[in-house]
Amino acid sequence: MLKEGQIRIPSGCAISGIISREGKPINGRDIVESIRVMHDRSNGLGGGFAGYGIYPQYKEHYAFHIFYDTQEAREECERFIDRHFDVINLSKIPTKKIPAITDEPLIWRYFVSPHPTKLADSQLDESEFVARCVFRVNTEIEGAYIFSSGKNMGVFKAVGFPEDVGEFYRLDEYEGYSWTAHGRYPTNTPGWWGGAHPFALLNYSIVHNGEISSYDANRRYMEMFGYRCSLQTDTEVITYIIDYLSRKKGLSLEETANVIAAPFWSTIEKKPEEEKLRLTYLRNKFASLLITGPFSIIVGFEKGLMMLNDRLKLRSAVIGEKDDRVYMASEESAIRAIEPELDKIWAPKGGNPVIVTVNE
Amino acid sequence: MKRVYVNEKWCISCHLCEYNCAFANSGETSMVKALKGVTIRPRIRVEENDRVSFAVACRHCPDPICVKSCITGALSAKDGIISVDSWKCVGCYTCICACPYGAIQPDETRGVVQKCELCTRNSCGEPACVKGCPNGAIVFEEREKKQ
Amino acid sequence: MINYLYPDYEIVRDPSKCIACRVCERQCANEAHSFDEEAGCMVADSSRCVNCHRCVSLCPTRALKIVKSDHTFKQNANWTGDRITEIYKQASTGGVLLSSMGNPNAFPIYFDKILINASQVTNPSIDPLREPMETKTFLGKKTGEIRRDEKGRILPYTEPQIELSVPIMFSAMSYGSISYNAHESLARAAQELGILYNTGEGGLHEDFRQYGANTIVQVASGRFGVYKDYLEAGAAIEIKMGQGAKPGIGGHLPGTKIVGDISKTRMIPEGSDAISPAPHHDIYSIEDLRQLVFSLKEASEYKKPVIVKIAAVHNVAAIASGVARSGADIIAIDGFRGGTGAAPTRIRDNVGIPIELALASVDSRLREEGIRDNVSIVVGGSIRSSADVVKAIALGADAVYIATAALLSLGCHLCRSCQSGKCNWGIATQRPELVKRLNPDIGSQRLVNLVTAWKHEIMEMMGGMGINSIEALKGNRLMLRGIGLNEKELEILGIKHAGE
Repeated sequence: MLKEGQIRIPSGCAISGIISREGKPINGRDIVESIRVMHDRSNGLGGGFAGYGIYPQYKEHYAFHIFYDTQEAREECERFIDRHFDVINLSKIPTKKIPAITDEPLIWRYFVSPHPTKLADSQLDESEFVARCVFRVNTEIEGAYIFSSGKNMGVFKAVGFPEDVGEFYRLDEYEGYSWTAHGRYPTNTPGWWGGAHPFALLNYSIVHNGEISSYDANRRYMEMFGYRCSLQTDTEVITYIIDYLSRKKGLSLEETANVIAAPFWSTIEKKPEEEKLRLTYLRNKFASLLITGPFSIIVGFEKGLMMLNDRLKLRSAVIGEKDDRVYMASEESAIRAIEPELDKIWAPKGGNPVIVTVNE
Repeated sequence: MKRVYVNEKWCISCHLCEYNCAFANSGETSMVKALKGVTIRPRIRVEENDRVSFAVACRHCPDPICVKSCITGALSAKDGIISVDSWKCVGCYTCICACPYGAIQPDETRGVVQKCELCTRNSCGEPACVKGCPNGAIVFEEREKKQ
Repeated sequence: MINYLYPDYEIVRDPSKCIACRVCERQCANEAHSFDEEAGCMVADSSRCVNCHRCVSLCPTRALKIVKSDHTFKQNANWTGDRITEIYKQASTGGVLLSSMGNPNAFPIYFDKILINASQVTNPSIDPLREPMETKTFLGKKTGEIRRDEKGRILPYTEPQIELSVPIMFSAMSYGSISYNAHESLARAAQELGILYNTGEGGLHEDFRQYGANTIVQVASGRFGVYKDYLEAGAAIEIKMGQGAKPGIGGHLPGTKIVGDISKTRMIPEGSDAISPAPHHDIYSIEDLRQLVFSLKEASEYKKPVIVKIAAVHNVAAIASGVARSGADIIAIDGFRGGTGAAPTRIRDNVGIPIELALASVDSRLREEGIRDNVSIVVGGSIRSSADVVKAIALGADAVYIATAALLSLGCHLCRSCQSGKCNWGIATQRPELVKRLNPDIGSQRLVNLVTAWKHEIMEMMGGMGINSIEALKGNRLMLRGIGLNEKELEILGIKHAGE
C-alpha cells in the first residue's frame, strides 16, 4: 500500500474551529467535543487539531512537532536541527495510551530559534529559512516528518477518529485563543500519521473538507517556487498557496481569497471600475492558483481564523457567534454541541471569506 | 414583403438554381425522375459573360407592367406575388414582350406562359432557388424600400 | 515520354442518376469533367482529379463519388506505392517534391493515446447548463511584483495581454497563400467569437484594419508588408521563427500569385517572387532574437504582446527556455503535423516532432527553471477537436492555434493541392472566379459554429472533471492518463498510465 506522497489520496471530511475575539483562553476539550459530533463524516483514518496561543512561555520560538519512524531517524533529524537551530527545549509530546489509537510513531516537540550565523549565511529572512529547513527534513530525512512549525501554536494529529486523537494528545491540558479540528474520510487507506490533518507550515494551518479538481494545476505551479508537495494532498497544496500569497507576495487574506476562490468573470464585470481592475489583476496574475472543485477550509493564522468556501459552495460550512466566541464548522450540530444558545448563526456564501481576528 | 434578391458578387455560375427551380415545379419527388433526359425550362435563368453572372427571375414589381399588359386577366398580383392563371392565359405572349427583365417564359408544352411564383404553388414551401444556392447568391428576405 | 503513373483517385458517376446539369463541369477548375455532345452524357478524366469533392458536394442528384484507385504496383513493405510513385515523379522532373498540408504519415498521435478524467462520488461534476463554466483566458506575462499605492491599494498593472473568450485562435495563414475571402471569414469570425486570427506573413489588407483588436500581425523572415502602422494595427505581434510543416525552411510564393492587392499588401512589385529566407537574416542566435523582440516592442510602444513562433524540433525545450528569457510574452509552438500551403515533401514528412511531446517538455522545462510565468504557451499542429484542446491545456498550454481545422470548416477537403492555386473551394487560390466561391457571410458563420461547438464540448469535459474555470485545467496533468504508451513516453508527457 502506497502512503501519502507516493500516491494522491482524495478525501471527504469534517472541519470545525473556535476563536475568542477577546483572546480569552479556550480549553482544548471544547474543540474535541465539537468534532466528536461529526463522527460519521470521518472514517477513523485520520483526525487532528491545531491550537493557537498554546505555548505562551515559548512564544518567541518555533515549535517543531515531529513524527519519527525510528530512533535512527530521530538522531539524524536532531543532528540536522542542532546544525541549523538553537534548541531551547525538547521533549516527547505527552500522550495517553488508549485502545483506539495504536501504532504511534515517536512524537517529539522542540522549541527552537534559527542559528544566527546559519541564518545570516543563508541570506534568507527568518521565516523562509525555517520553511526551507522544514522542507529539507520532510523530503530528505527518511522516517522524520515535521508536522508543525509555527510560533506559539501546535498541530496534534494521528490515525484514528478525531475525538480519540484529542484524548490521546490530552488536549484538555492545553488552552489557546483559537482551535481548529479535522476528521478525515480518505478514499484510500494509507494509515500514515503524517497524512492526517491539519496541515501546517510556519504559523499557517489548514483544515479542509473537499476534493479540489484543480490540484495538479495548483501543485505544478507551486513547485516552481520551491514548495515540494511531498504528500500529494489538497490540504498541503492549499497551505502552500496561502503561505505563498500571504507571506511571500504580501497579499491580505481577503486578497488571497480573491485569488483562490476568485469571483466569476460575470461577477467581476458587474463591479465598479476600480474593483473590476483589481479583481481582474489578481485573477489573471495568479491564474494557476484558482482552486476549483468543492472545498470548505478553515485557515488558522496568528491571531485569527478564516473560513472559505469554493465559489459554488459545494461543501457545507456554517458560522455561529456567541459573545466573544466565533464558531465555524461543517455542520451546525458541531457548533450547537458546545454552544446551544447562539447569538447568531449563518452560512457564508461561496467564495466569500469570513475572517475573524483577535482584538489587539 | 419578402422577395428573392440576387447578389451577383456571390454568384458562382453553377446554374443549380435553374435545376432546383425546374425540379420544384415538376411535381415529381425525385430530381432524377423529373429532369433526366429533359431539357429544363426553369423560371430562373443565370445570365453570364466572362466575369459576371447572376440569376434572373421575376422581381414581383409593385406596379407590374405584365399584369397591365395581360389581355385576359390571367396575370394578377395578390399579396405582392404575381401569378399566372393558366386557364385564362391564351398564350398571346404580350406579357413576355412587356417584361423589362425577361422574367416570363413561354411554357411551350401547354401554349401558355410560366413565371416564378416564389414556389407558392408547388410543394417546396420556400423558393427552391434560394434553398439550393450553395453560396448565398440568391436570398429571400425583407428589405426596406428605397425612399 | 511514357507516363508511369495511374491516377490515385477515380471519379465514379452513376449514369442512372446523372441529369447532365453540368454543375460538376462548371465547378471543376482542374477540368476533370466534360459533356460529350455526341454521346449526350457527362464524362470524366480521373487523371485531372485532386479529390477535392467540390463536384461531389454540389451534384444535385448525388450521382458522383470519388474512390481510391485499386490500381496497384507490385509493392512490398519496403517499396510501397507512394515510394515508387515518388521515384517516377522525380525521374521525370528532376525536381524537389512538393506537398501541402501537414505530415500525413503513420507516426504516433499522442492525443489519441491520452484519456481524460471525470468526477465520481468524491467530488461532484458540474453541469455547464446550470452553473457558470469559464473559458476566458489571458495570454501574456504574469511576472512583476505586486505594487501598491500609499493607501496600500493594489496597482493593477500587468504586461500587455491578449484576452480570449475561449483558448482557441486561428493561426497564421498569409493573404496570398489563402484568399481575400478566406481572410475576411477568419477576421469576422474572430471578432464575433472574441478570439484572434493571424495575418501570416503576407501583410494586412487595408480592408481588414477594422478587425485590428482581433488580429495578430506576423513578422516573418521576408518582412512582407511590415511597417509601423502594420505593427500597431493588431492586438499582438508574432515573430515567425519556424513552422511545424517545414522547420528550417523558408517560403516561396511564386510571382504569378503576386498580383493586385497581394502585391500592394506585401509591398513588393507585381510578378516578383515572394521569398521568405530560411532564417531571419538579422537573427543568427538567441541574443539577436531578443533585439528583434525589443525593436518590435519599441515600435509599438510596449502596448502589444510579442509572440515568438517556433517549430517543434528536437531541442525545443532548450529553445523555448531561451525564448522565455528573450522578452517575448508568448511562445507559439508548431508541431510536425502542422499544415502549409507548400513544403518540400521530405521536410514535411521527416523533420520535427509531435506537438504533444514538445508541449509537455517545454512546459516542464519552463517550470523547472521557474520561468513559466514569463510566457504563455500556445500550441498548434495539429489540434483536430475539442478533446485535443482539453488535452493540450491539461498538458500545460495556455491556448491553441487551429488552422487546418479552420480551413476544413470553410470547405477545404484536404486534397493537398494548394500549391496548384486552383482551389475549387475558393480558399487557397487567387483566381477571382474561384475566390468568389467562398462567401464570407457563410464562411465566418461556419467558423463561428465550429468554435462555438468546441467551446460547448470543452465546457462539458471540464464540467465532467469538476473544473469550472479553464485556468484550473491548465497544466493539470493529473486529469490525463496515457494508454498504450511506454515508460519513456509517459515520463516525457508527465502523465500516468490508465489504471494507475
